[in-house]
Amino acid sequence: MKLLYFAWVRQKVGKSEETLALLADVSTVRDLAEHLRARGPGYADAFGDLARLRAAANQVHVGFDAPISDDDEIAFFPPVTGG
Amino acid sequence: MTIHIAIQPAPFDLAREVEALSRDGVGALATFTGYVRAGDGLTALVLEHYPGMTEREIARQAEEAGRRWPLLGVSVIHRVGELKPGEPIVLVAVAAAHRGDAFAACEFLMDHVKTKATFWKQEKRGGATAWIEAKASDDKAAERWK
Repeated sequence: MKLLYFAWVRQKVGKSEETLALLADVSTVRDLAEHLRARGPGYADAFGDLARLRAAANQVHVGFDAPISDDDEIAFFPPVTGG
Repeated sequence: MTIHIAIQPAPFDLAREVEALSRDGVGALATFTGYVRAGDGLTALVLEHYPGMTEREIARQAEEAGRRWPLLGVSVIHRVGELKPGEPIVLVAVAAAHRGDAFAACEFLMDHVKTKATFWKQEKRGGATAWIEAKASDDKAAERWK
C-alpha cells in the first residue's frame, strides 16, 4: 500500500511517502498507525498520540476503525487548517 | 451547476472569477475572499496540501451544496505556498437565482473548506516557523450544517 504523510507528520517521519506491504495483523487504520509507531523514534513521535492525527483512505476522510487493504493509498496528517 | 476548483500558488482575479459564473438565470452571486491577517509579527504563511484529495474533497462539498440549495455555479480557488500578510488566500464564489441560496451556500462551502479540505498552514514570525493548530470554533461552525 502507499502511505502519505503531511505537515508535521511528514516532518517527524522524515519522508512524504513510502510503500509498505500489508501485514497479516494489520486490518484497520488504527492497526496501521500502531504498527508505524514502532518503526523508529520519528514514527513514535508522529504516531504517539492518535487523537492528534487524522487519516484518509483513497483520498476520502476516514476514522481509525476503517478497514484497509493492500492496494489502498492511506494518508496521515494533523487536523486541517486551510481557509 | 458548474463547479470550478483550483489550487494554485498564483493570485486570483476576483472580477474574472465572477464573470466566469455569470449567465442567464443568475440573480445573485455571493463571494467570500479570505486574506492572510497581518499582525503579531507574522511575516508569512506557508501552505501545503494533499494534491488530488484536496480537489476531490472540495468537489464533494460543492456537490453537497448543490443538493442543499438550487445553485447555478460554484467556484473555489485556494492558494498554496508562501503568502505574505494582506495577500488573498481563498475565494469562494456561488451563483444562484436568489440571494438567500447564494449566501447560505457560500458560508456552507467556506465552513467546509476550513474543516475538510486538506490544507495545512505554517506561520513564520521572524526566523521561527510553527504549524497552526486547528480551531474548535471552525469545527463548531461546520457542525451547524448537519
